[in-house]
Amino acid sequence: MTALAATVRHARYVIGENPVTGLAFALFVLIVLLALVGPYVVPIDPLASDTVAALKPPSLRHWFGTDQLGRDIFSRVVIATRLDFGIAVWSVVLVFVMGGLAGVAAGFFGGWTDRIVGRIADTIMAFPLFVLAMGIVAALGNTVTNIVIATAIVNFPLYARVARAEANVRREAGFVEAARLSGNGDLRILAFQILPNVFPILVVQMSLTMGYAILNAAGLSFIGLGVRPPTPEWGIMVAEGAAFMVSGEWWIAFFPGLVLMVAVFCFNLLGDGLRDIVDPRRRT
Amino acid sequence: MLALILKRLLMAVPSLIGVVIVTFLLTRALPGDAAAYFAGPAATREAVEQVRVKLGLDKSLPEQFVRYLRDLVRGDLGTSLTTGQPVVSEIRTRLPASAELTLLGLIVSMGVAVPLGILAATRPGSLIDHACRVVATAGVSLPVFFTGLILVYVFYYLLGWAPAPLGRLDIFFTAPPQVTGFYLIDSLIAGNGELFLASLNQLVLPALTLGVFSLAPIARMTRASMLAVLSSDFVRTARACGLSPLTVTVTYAFRNAMLPVVTTLGMVFSFLLGANVLVEKVFAWPGIGSFAVEALIASDFAPVQGFVLTMAVMYVALNLMIDVLYGLIDPRVRIEA
Amino acid sequence: MTAVPALAVEDLSVEFRTRSGVVKALEGVSFSVGKGETLAIVGESGSGKSVTAYALMGILDPAGRVTAGRAVLGGLDLIAASASELAEVRGREIAMIFQNPRTALNPIRPVGRQIADVLIRHGNVRRAEAPAGTVDLLRAVGITDPARRAQAYPFEMSGGMCQRVMIALALAARPALLIADEPTTGLDVTTQAVIMDIVAELAGESGMATIFITHDLALAGQRADRIVVMHAGHVVENATTRELIARPNHPYTAELIAATPDGATSLDALAAIAGSLPDLRRADLPPCRYSERCPRKTDLCDQPLPHPPPGSAHFVACWNPL
Repeated sequence: MTALAATVRHARYVIGENPVTGLAFALFVLIVLLALVGPYVVPIDPLASDTVAALKPPSLRHWFGTDQLGRDIFSRVVIATRLDFGIAVWSVVLVFVMGGLAGVAAGFFGGWTDRIVGRIADTIMAFPLFVLAMGIVAALGNTVTNIVIATAIVNFPLYARVARAEANVRREAGFVEAARLSGNGDLRILAFQILPNVFPILVVQMSLTMGYAILNAAGLSFIGLGVRPPTPEWGIMVAEGAAFMVSGEWWIAFFPGLVLMVAVFCFNLLGDGLRDIVDPRRRT
Repeated sequence: MLALILKRLLMAVPSLIGVVIVTFLLTRALPGDAAAYFAGPAATREAVEQVRVKLGLDKSLPEQFVRYLRDLVRGDLGTSLTTGQPVVSEIRTRLPASAELTLLGLIVSMGVAVPLGILAATRPGSLIDHACRVVATAGVSLPVFFTGLILVYVFYYLLGWAPAPLGRLDIFFTAPPQVTGFYLIDSLIAGNGELFLASLNQLVLPALTLGVFSLAPIARMTRASMLAVLSSDFVRTARACGLSPLTVTVTYAFRNAMLPVVTTLGMVFSFLLGANVLVEKVFAWPGIGSFAVEALIASDFAPVQGFVLTMAVMYVALNLMIDVLYGLIDPRVRIEA
Repeated sequence: MTAVPALAVEDLSVEFRTRSGVVKALEGVSFSVGKGETLAIVGESGSGKSVTAYALMGILDPAGRVTAGRAVLGGLDLIAASASELAEVRGREIAMIFQNPRTALNPIRPVGRQIADVLIRHGNVRRAEAPAGTVDLLRAVGITDPARRAQAYPFEMSGGMCQRVMIALALAARPALLIADEPTTGLDVTTQAVIMDIVAELAGESGMATIFITHDLALAGQRADRIVVMHAGHVVENATTRELIARPNHPYTAELIAATPDGATSLDALAAIAGSLPDLRRADLPPCRYSERCPRKTDLCDQPLPHPPPGSAHFVACWNPL
């Protein structure tokens, strides 16, 4: 049986054994689906405002109610899935490549590369993470791209450290000598031999980072950094609805926040499930 | 002991240097015209040029860095456009509000999480154990601003138990005479019980929000650590020696189990200092977090820079204290040093 | 007329619940230790020696259960005793020392305080007198400069010194019985001898009975009055040291002796013991757990093993003894 087939079989066993993990996987698939086809299947145009129907509680027509501009909250929440999920995915890809390459290079070359990467990681970790993200987005400008960059930078140290440890092990295992002998340049070795092997170890962390990225983006949007109205994004919808919480129109902030929570929870459970699949010894 | 503190202090220096450099880069490496940022969106061309010269933004980067350092040493963090006050004095006035809130949140959090973790570890498989695990997993998924809003809705709007989220004190009260800046302490020093209760009243919901937020990692770590320690060799010896269950659990198991928890506090503070900003916005708390957020909205840049620098320096100092605390508890670190 | 033994274990059986099944770790273990006697329990790793000790002390892993048997110490059945009765006895009448003394002591508490904890708990010593009592105990186990050493932490002491501290902990309340679980494993030979001497001396002074658990038959031969041989959770032979070494009755004992080096044998002459321990989770374990690896197996061996008759000087659990 190939390694992949064995992993799939083990995965199915783990999912079957623990229903919560199975639920997390199902939810994850749902989120991906919504992100992909959401914009095409929403009942009402998320940007259409209808001041007559403003501030209406949940009803049959508006499942999550309407906000202060009469926009349908349910449609907006579904649309926002694409944006938030996209932010999560891009952040994770960016940090894996950046942190992974840097860490692998540090472990592989040692010496000054190692020291510089180490210093950068230490400096990043000297900041409270959300504060650093605030500073970066404020400096670079209020865009979604910069949220992704900020999230990636803030998570850089963790990925660099794990990648570095793995690269160290492999360097010493003569893995690299073999690749060199077959004529591969150093960069090729790093990118195509070592980095892919670091992936399974980091995949658990990547799932958790996706959850963190969404929380981070939502938090930044909540304080006015990054996503701007009228773009639907879970965090900014909570911000817009915050003022109305105090006067009793709870649904405006509640539903986006709830969906946000469920998504993050799903990614965390997914991470736990992946951990059971990848390395059951680390179960807590 | 002193050697340990000095050693840790020295190790904190590179972090501080890194922090200063990064905050410098963040503000000078702005895309576009940095002077325009600092002059504000309403500035005229001449005003922007004036700001450029005043802040030395026309000079080379190394020269700017030297100026920046010089200003820092003098305690000059720039001036806020919106209030016209020096950033340093604004931060100094607002810092106690944030500190009081964060400290109270931490106390709430540890007060619940540590006993929860201990009970979960000493009664494996029980209801408390499951509750602890649910808390630990769910807690990290809760967006802190959402928790705050829900608490406001339930306890203020629905139940009417909590006061309106409008800051540190109700309008009818005036702040106590400033000693520490902590309203709880200052009102007690002034002997004003009513003021103390009023301050506490306003503090409950925001502190609870922060507490709920940081509950999860502490509970998880306490439980895991206690479990590990309870099955260790030396706890087995303590039991074999017939020491009372209380002595075994507290003096032998708990103290050792706290070591990883203290280390976790570093990470918890990182979360707390960030979450502080969000909670201050929800509850209109006049701390440095909301100071920065208001400045951001107004495109007032100097306060944001000052805020990031202050938070980072505080974080370095907190980590230093945690290291020293760890050294106090664990003699292996102290004596090896 | 036999005197009342310090400890009489009868038919002790212990099970462990694990993910992969129930492990029948001990079955029908019986032996007794007289006052002032030194008993050695020997056997391979996994034979159940430590499990027996933990069951007697009441510190079994939560997954373990005593399913049958009695263990009478000073009139009290340790197995059937209530939690409060055990609390009176543990550490006071029955005490234990462990292997790996460094990890068996609290790493962040000065050794003097750890001894004081036990003294205050059991020794009817007032808090103010505890430091003096601690110093006396440390001196009694042969630690030089005991007043200064009492402030030290375990990581500042050698393995041998830590083991002495453990002995001090165990003997603080002058128990009637001391169980020593592989007390010298991991220590160098000279220290081993010193530790065993200290235990023997202190036991002699107070008439304390000692059980020491070891896989080293040679050590048992030097120090013990009587040896109990265990295999796969059963007691297979129980005799005085001289009898056991000279005339072993159980095939397993003979193999053990053959596998034990003494000054004369060369390594090549040492025999390995054939086979390995049976899987104790099996439902179809034979009555004699050694039979599957025994060269002397006969049809008789399928019937349940004999129980030790009371007062027997040399017991062997075998239908086809040597």
